[in-house]
Amino acid sequence: MLYSKEVMDHFENPRNIGKMADADGIGEVGNAKCGDIMKMYIKVENDIIVDVKFNTFGCGSAIATSSMATEMIKGKPISEALELSNKAVVEALGGLPPAKLHCSVLAEEAVKAAIKDYYDKNGIAYDAEQFCDGNCAACHAHDHEHAHGHAEEE
Amino acid sequence: MRVYADNAATTRMSETAIAAMLPYMDKIYGNPSSLHSFGQEAAEVLQQARETVAGLLGAESREIYFTSGGSEADNMAIISAARLGAKKGKKHIISSRIEHHAVLHTLDKLKKEGYEITLLEVGREGRVKAEDVAAAIRPDTALVTIMYANNEIGTIQPIKEIGAICKEKGVIFHTDAVQAVGHLDINVKEQNIDMLSLSAHKFHGPKGVGALYCRRGLILTNIIEGGGQERGKRGGTENIPAIVAAAAAMKEACENIEKHAIYVSALRDRLIKGLAHIPHAVVNGSGEKLPGIANFCFEGIEGESLLLLLNKDGIAASSGSACTSGSLDPSHVLLALGLPHEVAHGSLRISLCHYNTIEEVDHIIASVPKVVDYLRDISPVWEALMEGERPHVI
Repeated sequence: MLYSKEVMDHFENPRNIGKMADADGIGEVGNAKCGDIMKMYIKVENDIIVDVKFNTFGCGSAIATSSMATEMIKGKPISEALELSNKAVVEALGGLPPAKLHCSVLAEEAVKAAIKDYYDKNGIAYDAEQFCDGNCAACHAHDHEHAHGHAEEE
Repeated sequence: MRVYADNAATTRMSETAIAAMLPYMDKIYGNPSSLHSFGQEAAEVLQQARETVAGLLGAESREIYFTSGGSEADNMAIISAARLGAKKGKKHIISSRIEHHAVLHTLDKLKKEGYEITLLEVGREGRVKAEDVAAAIRPDTALVTIMYANNEIGTIQPIKEIGAICKEKGVIFHTDAVQAVGHLDINVKEQNIDMLSLSAHKFHGPKGVGALYCRRGLILTNIIEGGGQERGKRGGTENIPAIVAAAAAMKEACENIEKHAIYVSALRDRLIKGLAHIPHAVVNGSGEKLPGIANFCFEGIEGESLLLLLNKDGIAASSGSACTSGSLDPSHVLLALGLPHEVAHGSLRISLCHYNTIEEVDHIIASVPKVVDYLRDISPVWEALMEGERPHVI
């Protein structure tokens, strides 16, 4: 399996890595059992994400996709950050191996989870349907199916 | 510094093996099946190679079948024993949870054909108990297949005891000895081994060549049909350069087993001691082990990122993390030890050989804690462990 130059760059030199003591929103997604957890911290001023940090337990692409996702939402209005798609993260990274695409989904979910937390903490109303419910079983069940289906084919 | 510490994956060819194969590319290049002198020269060296391999295993030359490697030998042995059993109405096979996929996937295939498979547990130690083998044998057991030594954690299995039990009960005993040949003393007769798989590239021979030892009297099933090579059991013109080099490498390795074991196990022990200060880490598998393999789990981190960062430091190692296997599940071997998924994801296998040096091992000792610290520092799992939100497992 080969990672693109961009993936290796974001893995080896992750942007916005670390924790944030005074975060306005914190989102954690993933599952240690499946091998990846992302935790994202955002600082919000006037509906703008002025700062973002992340910590990730996971493989090279999990770290790279979290790093790229933070780059893509930093300085952006929340409305724009909510539109960040896993596809956009993958494209910005110059592609991911098929088995690693779920990492990009996690990155998208981590951003949304942090924003949801910010909304919750500040009593801001939102449409619950645009967020994942924090239960990763759905995404991971899909991944498992996919992985096993693939194994059957080989 | 660039350090190759993945010798359980494959090894660098020895100078002896390289020198051995060269004449068989442009000087003696006949087809051993040809009647002319070119062919007969090749047939003669093929026979010599077969005698060398047989001699080093305590077998007879006609009991050695050259294959494309360990996987083919495993497939051939298991399929053959299964077919022999079926003829007598025996369709039960005993193996273990820590076998190589060449064994486990072949057993999966047989399961779909109606065979019943018992996979023995190995416990935290990573070792099959001979008494468990004895207890699992039934009147309809066709085969016991247990690896000689495990490729991920290095644990050596009680082969002689299992061989004695199988002999007593009249069950065919196959061992996947891919990690053991050239590293441990093996005698198929003394150990009552009916079938044994080996692969040359694990003992500094070339890739793409291996052998199956099959005791005289056991009838093999062809996996590859062809022109009657290998006593009619494995079609395809023999890869003479590779076979000759395999025999040369095996001879060299077997003649130096003790010398290399002393040197390599000292390096391994230095490594384990040098990394012992890392908290919440464990060395996987215990008891008698291969000299070169050390397998660790580091809590709170994931193996693929560990490997990539070690690679940046010039260190080539391996991991049983899901991400390095292309599936979502971590190594079946580490799970069989009873390690939870999240711990098994954080595994690192360092496998050394006699080409490694103390300086190289010291480079690994310097690099691993640095990388583990960094990955723990950015890991939310480690954070949760440190804050007591998650219980430590190791």
